Amino acid sequence: MSTDVTVKEMVARGEGSAVPAQVIRKQMAHLRVRRGGPDGTQLEDFHVEVEEGMVVLDAVHRIQATEAPDLACRWNCKAGKCGSCSAEVNGEPRLMCMTRLSDLPEGPVVVEPVKTFPLVKDLVTDVSWNYRVNKKVQPFTPREMTAEEKAKGEFNMKQADIDRVQEFRKCIECFLCQNVCHVLRDHHREDAFYGPRFMIRMASLEMHPKDGADRIPALAGEAGVGMCNITKCCTEVCPEHIRITDNGIIPLKERVADRHWDPVRWMIGKLGGK
Amino acid sequence: MDRFDTHVHDVVVVGAGGAGLRAAIESATMGQKTAVICKSLLGKAHTVMAEGGVAAALSNADARDNWMVHFRDTMRGSKHLADYRMAVHHAKEAPARVRELEMWGAVFDRTKDGWINQRNFGGHTYPRLAHVGDRTGLEIIRTLQDKAVHTPGLEVFMELTVVKLFKSKDGKVGAALAYERATGRFHLFKAKAFVLATGGVGKAFRITSNSWEYTGDGMGIAYEAGADLLGMEFVQFHPTGMVWPPSVKGILVTEGVRGEGGILRNTKGERFMFRYVPEMFKGEFAETEEEAARWLAGDKNARRPPELLTRDVVARAIMAEVKSGRGTPRGGVYLDISWREADYVRAKLPSMYHQFKELAGVDITKEPMEVGPTMHYIMGGIRVDPDTEMTNVPGLFAAGECAAGLHGANRLGGNSLSDLLVFGQRAGAGAASYARGLPSTPEVDPAEVYAAVAHALEPFDRATGESPFAVMDALQEIMQANAGMVRFRDELEHAAKEIEALRHRAAKVRVAGTREFNPGWHVAMDLPNLLVASEAIALSALAREESRGGHTRGDFTDADEEKWGKTWVVCRRENGRMKVVLEPVVPMPADLKAIVSGKAEDVATKKEASA
Repeated sequence: MSTDVTVKEMVARGEGSAVPAQVIRKQMAHLRVRRGGPDGTQLEDFHVEVEEGMVVLDAVHRIQATEAPDLACRWNCKAGKCGSCSAEVNGEPRLMCMTRLSDLPEGPVVVEPVKTFPLVKDLVTDVSWNYRVNKKVQPFTPREMTAEEKAKGEFNMKQADIDRVQEFRKCIECFLCQNVCHVLRDHHREDAFYGPRFMIRMASLEMHPKDGADRIPALAGEAGVGMCNITKCCTEVCPEHIRITDNGIIPLKERVADRHWDPVRWMIGKLGGK
Repeated sequence: MDRFDTHVHDVVVVGAGGAGLRAAIESATMGQKTAVICKSLLGKAHTVMAEGGVAAALSNADARDNWMVHFRDTMRGSKHLADYRMAVHHAKEAPARVRELEMWGAVFDRTKDGWINQRNFGGHTYPRLAHVGDRTGLEIIRTLQDKAVHTPGLEVFMELTVVKLFKSKDGKVGAALAYERATGRFHLFKAKAFVLATGGVGKAFRITSNSWEYTGDGMGIAYEAGADLLGMEFVQFHPTGMVWPPSVKGILVTEGVRGEGGILRNTKGERFMFRYVPEMFKGEFAETEEEAARWLAGDKNARRPPELLTRDVVARAIMAEVKSGRGTPRGGVYLDISWREADYVRAKLPSMYHQFKELAGVDITKEPMEVGPTMHYIMGGIRVDPDTEMTNVPGLFAAGECAAGLHGANRLGGNSLSDLLVFGQRAGAGAASYARGLPSTPEVDPAEVYAAVAHALEPFDRATGESPFAVMDALQEIMQANAGMVRFRDELEHAAKEIEALRHRAAKVRVAGTREFNPGWHVAMDLPNLLVASEAIALSALAREESRGGHTRGDFTDADEEKWGKTWVVCRRENGRMKVVLEPVVPMPADLKAIVSGKAEDVATKKEASA
């Protein structure tokens, strides 16, 4: 226990990085957090005490409570349900609340903001573009109810017919898929593509058995489903394990192609309740 | 020179969880220019964490259900302290509010016949909770969010925190001051009516299922503006929070686990809940494991398992087991759903499956979960008119968790999401009607606003002072230890004294760094609200010398129907101090009384029985 105290004291004196590595590994985690704003950033080193089961977000909180109360990060539920604490941990896009320190390789844990969106401060980025895109997606447009449905005030839908839509509706809007999408991350074609999140949003409406709107023109046009070249990076990072590309984007591409090449088949499909 | 931006609306809603969004949609639809201000990004509010479902007597899963049975369950669950008028509105209007969500795009799980499915939950006589797996809150918030952003006349201000309300000379609320989290810039929102929908106060406690946002903001700013706080002694400790590993202690394990057949056992392997059925519910619960199993299999003649008793009862039972040495070394008991088919568990409880797998390394389809009580909800809050949701301050409305009245001494699971929808809609309508009737926006004194801005910036000016995080930490320690699940007079008095001391510490905290996205400053601004709510909890708990629902006194272990069964505890600001006032519960008319005291079968819809 005496080494424990020594480490704590050394850290308290700001000598964290001078503590011998083998001592730190036992009780402490070494975090390198990217800090700063639009004018420039740098990695700052922190050493925090580790408890069993601790996640990266816990470590960030501990830094806030001790050394750097002004360290900016977003979070809410700390249980993988709200999608607020997206960051890049050792270069991998993750939710900080669902990334256990013990699952990471030995050595410093590098925590950086997501790269695709403009930096606000430290780990916080400006994700407002996503909210502007969402406003452009035509909302749910209910079909006329049957007489039976009207009497009840509810839609009648079989569970099997809504399973796929429910998969898409699991999205917690962490925007990690947007962050890794090449079209947005590397080419910054926000003007031409809504990104995987909103492909999934549009798929959840397009494949809703009771939605009556036609979203194919928007998908082929401004939403830009054709921009996706199916690298599936979005699917890989989705913390909700939504099969974004296979179940969402590819079927949407097919619907656009059907309309273009085979409008009769599309019309039959549409009349049959999608 | 102005030190803030000014915005003018008819109605301003503070908070963008279920209640706030539903209120804003109603107000904007009624033609009032409406703003929603929220602390987080849109769609991240605490509603997103609600898991089990939304209670509404749709009578899809069991045709016997109707509003009267739901009303009866709510009143009995509240241990007779709910405002019956709110409980009637709630039970009658919840089905329409749920069905309306479906028209706005929500996709609830279906029955075999294709209607909205409903699951069992604690305290509900029939399967009543419309749900989407165990992510019902996400479905509701996403639906309301999309409806809201496509509603004309509704404007959303994200990542702004409201710190103070201002009144005109004749006492009407006319403005709210907020700061922008990213930049630290101030904004003044002028409006004719304000709806508070800020949620609860979990961050006053150490072990909680609540997020950082739950700092009692609505209660704090409403109290400072002169609104009454009602029933603040009633804090709900959810029976099942995670207990291991330490970093996840308190995270919610949905009651849906028990609704789907989850069994509670102590370390001796005993299914202990059979021993904890209170007098009030005797005869309504299964008496053997065999009967409980039959009920789960759908036998309508069998009674429900005792795991589905109300939350206050289950939480106390778990605590009693742990205190008697039959708990795990980490202070929990076992909750087991692994006896059900793995595929079924993963389909019905997907996020529980992932939560335990990823955070605790436990596969709930193979092994039991370790669970214990966690601070989850506050039944008390801002006192409102049961019909319009206006507080006793003209122009100030409240709905959702920050408001009081519907849940009395204990809330039933699933009644929170329905509360948000029913009273969110009512508050939105109430505020819009009130705003329509007001010829102009009440004038507030600019000097008060400037003073509030200067006050908010003081922590930056101090050369010395402790970290705001240290004060919040101390408060959590005090509340957890002295105002938690079992309370004693001396501990509550100690808590009240300590809170007073913390108020002085909070007034002297120092914040380093700039105003740009500075969590230390944000906590400094949250502290006054946390302290108001905590003081109200401690003083109300001290006043109520009995045990009832979420309030358990170690020195007054019984319920006192004669006195306290007919009394509400109210906190209000008088001469700068918090005063506790006792008021009689509004008595129920005879016809409703008969519903509550009779058997569920007596008010259940009968056609099923003859079929």
